[in-house]
Amino acid sequence: MLNFRSPETMSLVSLANAGVRRNGRWLVRGVDFSISRGEIVTLIGPNGSGKSTTAKTAIGVLKPDEGHVERLAGLKVGYVPQKLAVDWTLPLTVERLMTLTGPLKGREIEESLAATGMLHMAKAEVQHLSGGEFQRALLARAIARKPDLLVLDEPVQGVDFSGEIALYELIKQIRNRTGCGILLISHDLHIVMAETDTVVCLNGHVCCRGTPQVVSQSPEYLKLFGRRAAGALAVYSHHHDHTHLPDGRVLHADGSITESCFPGDGHHHHEEADNIQDHDPDCGCGHHARLQGYDGTEKRDA
Amino acid sequence: MLDDFFIRALVAGIGIAMVAGPLGCFVIWRRMAYFGDTMAHSALLGVALSLLMDLNLMVSVFIVASVVSVLLLFLQKRGALSTDAVLGILSHSALSIGLVIVAFMTWVRIDLVGFLFGDILAVSRADIDIVWGGGILVIFALVYLWRPLLASTVNPELAEAEGLQPERARFFFMLLMALVIAIAMKIVGILLITSLLIIPAATARRFASSPEVMAVYASLIGAVAVAGGLFGSLHWDTPSGPSIVVAAMVLFVLSLLPVGRRIESAPHSSHGGDH
Repeated sequence: MLNFRSPETMSLVSLANAGVRRNGRWLVRGVDFSISRGEIVTLIGPNGSGKSTTAKTAIGVLKPDEGHVERLAGLKVGYVPQKLAVDWTLPLTVERLMTLTGPLKGREIEESLAATGMLHMAKAEVQHLSGGEFQRALLARAIARKPDLLVLDEPVQGVDFSGEIALYELIKQIRNRTGCGILLISHDLHIVMAETDTVVCLNGHVCCRGTPQVVSQSPEYLKLFGRRAAGALAVYSHHHDHTHLPDGRVLHADGSITESCFPGDGHHHHEEADNIQDHDPDCGCGHHARLQGYDGTEKRDA
Repeated sequence: MLDDFFIRALVAGIGIAMVAGPLGCFVIWRRMAYFGDTMAHSALLGVALSLLMDLNLMVSVFIVASVVSVLLLFLQKRGALSTDAVLGILSHSALSIGLVIVAFMTWVRIDLVGFLFGDILAVSRADIDIVWGGGILVIFALVYLWRPLLASTVNPELAEAEGLQPERARFFFMLLMALVIAIAMKIVGILLITSLLIIPAATARRFASSPEVMAVYASLIGAVAVAGGLFGSLHWDTPSGPSIVVAAMVLFVLSLLPVGRRIESAPHSSHGGDH
């Protein structure tokens, strides 16, 4: 064997201290994580925290301005972007959407449409689909090409609660069946897919990371969401010691304001280790300290 | 057969319509109508430069239109002005600079109206060769570029993420536009080229079930418009270029008539209480 690392254990993609800068502003900085085959990584964070930017950097749509991104040679990506509007002038059926970026066999198209419950809509024009149907059509398109890495940018947007659970169930099945790696961006700050192996919380940088707490283990959430949701959803409880202000400065728990929350500016607390979070030694953001009044509606970091 | 000026005009016009159809589909899908117009207007600058420097007319127009399209892409990316403002500035500047240069060249007499509105009845056999030769080249290139171009029309990031090259496809698409403008200038004229791109494609939308079908329909509708316009121009002695555009417009208006839709919705309206 020439390869001393088998392809199974090699990361599909890994980011090391990656950062993207636009118009003199860092959209996101110091991002570290990797995704292996069969692994689900969920990115969470408030609006404008750099989740989509990070995902696009991971798959090579954006080039990092600092740090490194390594992808497995010949990595096949299936991508569901956050926003996709098909102009009315373009006649596009669900079936035709499937082969948008590459040819597929009829059987492959049918299988993935059936898996997402969209087979009956194959001949429908995409402009006529509801939000949830369109998301499922996009997911079908992404999985039909049998990717090594599936990147889903807020796949449950516009989908109702039970649809969300069904979609998470489907994503889990796709992972179990194909063994692909999945990078998922969640629209919710606290509720993530139960099968998630790693949660990475972003807010212009990696605030914290950890494994989610499965809902079925937490009686309060179980009461809130019901039994059916318990298998699909998980709670990621986390508290930050600082808030990002609209102008890019940072308000800390002690009331002080600094230009950034990057390591080395000396305004971080380290208290109260949370048992479900791993501390990232490079981050230095003091993510284990609680910010008073933090309720999940963190200020937009526009 | 090609000895007759009318037949030559017909053959050349249909050749242009065949390429303009699929290209025009992309122009409306990508919302580039004004972009195409700007490139077309720059063709007059190409004409002026060709006379000034004694270059081949089509080559000169192709080069100027390509340069303008690259300039547009560049200004779009960096400029503080909105795209439509940049397009407005470039479009009319290029046209006016062309007209000014032509006016300075008192030693050449050119048929300005012919360039602006087309002179399809003066098409020569050599023109027909260029139209069909260039047209076939454009069609082959479009077939080759089809998938990346269509995917990046839907979403450039999706195309890029899944291994296609949207930027490259876009660049070659611009070159094809410049080529078609250079070829079509003589047929419908600088001011009317974009109408031959856009109107048949817009007409085809109503009847098309897929992007590919729409492209083919747009070609056929364009060909019908050329034939109809030319016969009309012969019959009523009207200018040929504008007559072709009017014929295309009539087809478009006909496509808006709710004939098919009334048939489709008839069962619903008559059994309104069923559901």
